[in-house]
Amino acid sequence: MSELAIELQGIDKSFGLVHANRNINLKVRKGTIHGIIGENGAGKSTLMSILYGFYQADHGDILVDGRKANIRDPNAAIAAGIGMVHQHFMLVENFTVLENIMLGAEESQILNAGITKARAELKRLEKEYALEVDPDAVIEELPVGIQQRVEILKALYRRADILILDEPTGVLTPAEADHLFRILEQLKAEGKTVLLITHKLREIMAITDEVSVMRRGEMVATRTTKETSVEELAELMVGRRVLLRVEKGEAKPADVKLSVKNLTVRDSRGVTMVDDVSFDIRAGEIVGIAGVAGNGQSELLEAISGIRRAKSGTVLLNGSPIDVTGHADPAELRKRGLAHVPEDRHHVGLVLKFEESENAILGYHDDPKYRKGMLLDIDAIRADAEEKIAAYDIRPPNPRLKTANFSGGNQQKIVLAREMERDPDVLVIGQPTRGVDVGAIEFIHRRIIEMRDQGKAVLLVSVELDEIRALSDRILVMFAGRVVGERTPDATEGELGLLMAGVEGRKEAAE
Amino acid sequence: MSVPHAKLPGWAEYGLIPLVNLAVAFLISGLVVLIVGESPLEAAYHMINGAFGRGEYIGFTLYYTTTFIFTGLAVAVAFHCGLFNIGGEGQAYIGGIGVALACLSFDHTLPWYLVFPIAILGAAFFGALWALIPGWLLARRGSHIVITTIMFNFIAASLMNYLLNKVFKPLGSMSLETRTFDAGGQLPKLDWLMSIFGLSVGTAPFNISFLLALLAAFGVWVLIWRTRLGYEMRTMGHSSAAARYAGIKEAKIIVITMMISGGLAGMMALNPIMGEQFRMQLDFVQGAGFVGIAVALMGRSHPAGIIPAALLFGMLYQGGAEISFEMPSISRDMIVIIQGLVILFAGALEHMFRPAITRLVLGLSPKTRDVAATKGA
Repeated sequence: MSELAIELQGIDKSFGLVHANRNINLKVRKGTIHGIIGENGAGKSTLMSILYGFYQADHGDILVDGRKANIRDPNAAIAAGIGMVHQHFMLVENFTVLENIMLGAEESQILNAGITKARAELKRLEKEYALEVDPDAVIEELPVGIQQRVEILKALYRRADILILDEPTGVLTPAEADHLFRILEQLKAEGKTVLLITHKLREIMAITDEVSVMRRGEMVATRTTKETSVEELAELMVGRRVLLRVEKGEAKPADVKLSVKNLTVRDSRGVTMVDDVSFDIRAGEIVGIAGVAGNGQSELLEAISGIRRAKSGTVLLNGSPIDVTGHADPAELRKRGLAHVPEDRHHVGLVLKFEESENAILGYHDDPKYRKGMLLDIDAIRADAEEKIAAYDIRPPNPRLKTANFSGGNQQKIVLAREMERDPDVLVIGQPTRGVDVGAIEFIHRRIIEMRDQGKAVLLVSVELDEIRALSDRILVMFAGRVVGERTPDATEGELGLLMAGVEGRKEAAE
Repeated sequence: MSVPHAKLPGWAEYGLIPLVNLAVAFLISGLVVLIVGESPLEAAYHMINGAFGRGEYIGFTLYYTTTFIFTGLAVAVAFHCGLFNIGGEGQAYIGGIGVALACLSFDHTLPWYLVFPIAILGAAFFGALWALIPGWLLARRGSHIVITTIMFNFIAASLMNYLLNKVFKPLGSMSLETRTFDAGGQLPKLDWLMSIFGLSVGTAPFNISFLLALLAAFGVWVLIWRTRLGYEMRTMGHSSAAARYAGIKEAKIIVITMMISGGLAGMMALNPIMGEQFRMQLDFVQGAGFVGIAVALMGRSHPAGIIPAALLFGMLYQGGAEISFEMPSISRDMIVIIQGLVILFAGALEHMFRPAITRLVLGLSPKTRDVAATKGA
């Protein structure tokens, strides 16, 4: 018996020319919660995929419980006692909890005996780890927090001693996240080992015993959590000092620039996603919309920016109406001073196969300054892109490089540069820093505040509560399509969390 | 999680990989010839010799090439907008109406150089019209373009059958074709071009529409990469969500793209009707619309790729005919097999040899490795 649950020795992995993992050494002690942090593209997911058998390392050894393990595929990982909870759940939506847990572990062609056995085992697990789930509930009817619990149960049912969780709190409310952490503590108390992958420093500090930091494919440091600080970890991740909290002065709100009244939006299935929402945004203020993903924020943004047709309601831009229920034209809205940084930059905000310079004009390609007679003025377009590259420090500084080859942070800067440099009156931003590395987050936050200080009205939607609190001058909380409350940025996380979970809001909205 | 793709230098990406794919396709074709009991080397000789051995053969090869450039461009333009136009066959067929009308109306009175532009417009107009309907159905009703364009191929065939029977056929004639055009409906051959290289075009119908095809290829390049319309088409082709976000009018772009695509397919009709037969016959398209799909795939929808791809298929057509002539145990179906293998390896299995070639190429040149490494995230 070793006191290490997992030991990685010299793990090396390249994809073509990209060296994703370089000589990684890692020791995870038994019965601990071990955090792994790093920016996007630092190689965390690759490392975990190697550990779970999705990829094979080019070099290096994996030791499980002191013995060398040959993990060829996920089945071998499960056999070695390693379970994984993926960021995107691997559940069959229209199966029950029990069916999902049994899936792949049925034991025989006839299910009956297996079901009885599984039900009993599930009961035992629920009791042991305080993981209550109704075994006969259908997955798609369960909230995400519970779905995640099913994923954990699935791993435990397969007798996992080591549990890998990949960005587990991305989809959870703060309350659900707290609950998850309690479950993890319980698992630890029962002697299980937990590997927690995240980019949220706060979670690392709150729950882990030890933390390892990855940067550019290398394991740069391992620290005992108690003896480190958020600042040190951030610095290790990025490789330089970072400002975690943006400095910002008082807001000076002026005239109303964007006014939303009784807006109702349905999705393609006819489900009401935005339900009678009203608010105003003034020049020189940032209004943040907090909420768990999927509560209507996306549809709200799309309706305001003319991409999705609203069912009813009005939106005034600079006092004159936008035809949100009819044929609002995003191109025309841009001309009227509404810039939009969409939530999904990969599919909406950018065309990844385009050259950088081609993306730098997306939506503004009508502008006569990009035209020469009947043709596009390629020189003018590239010159324009080069200016923006310089102003936003987009790297590599090559307007002819394919957009897919830029990192997430630089891709986001391409979108921001395009939308912000047009001097809009209203800036609508969705998830400004999703999938963006820590270094770029700081830059993006500063830009957003600069826009506010220049007197723009900014509507900010983010599922990162920290971001909403750091940037907003006013916070609106959305739950189930409704604005269930307005708070100042001093509101505590707990208070906002309750609103986001729809606990307190209903009363307030009814009043 | 995506596995990063290593970037290859242009000469390997656009030169080496297609060549390797092609070589494998021909190798397997050779095996088929061997199974049939003939010598692959002899077949290869007849193929090459039949396609390039004499000025006349080259003329035939380039005649087919002309046809395939038009249909290849037609498919490529639609591809860039994310539309799979399978209807090139029907659009080219209907395009023939425009050519026939122009020639039948003016061949007595006007010289060819005046009839030609009218015929170009007519061909493009009728081809575009035939593509407009599926385009409109997609834009308005969401009807799947693959289904509608295929159906329109059948409708075109029936319609042309009717028209040739009841409208175009001269009274008293037994065959389904128009009357033969006078001098005004006959395009001049490019014998002067061949004679520059000391070759004689002989009986080959290599005509001036070849130059039009090259011009069209250049025009398509300008359209796709140098105009706003092309930019909007490409945006839609890559991501309709991004197009909506950018305020691009999807319905409008779909209809316009399909019309350009259909117009290019229609212009194919000039080559056989005005350049070879000097009359419109039943089924003059002979599958060129479908070959266009293969040409566009192989040429990666880029005019600079489509021209060599069209030349390759022109060679297969002409050289293949020669094989079946010289080696009776190999039928013309052999060309179809070779075509199929070329499409299989150049299209469907395009990436089969990529990892090996990547290792080989990048292992050999450390400079490219550094460049690629800095681009990786």
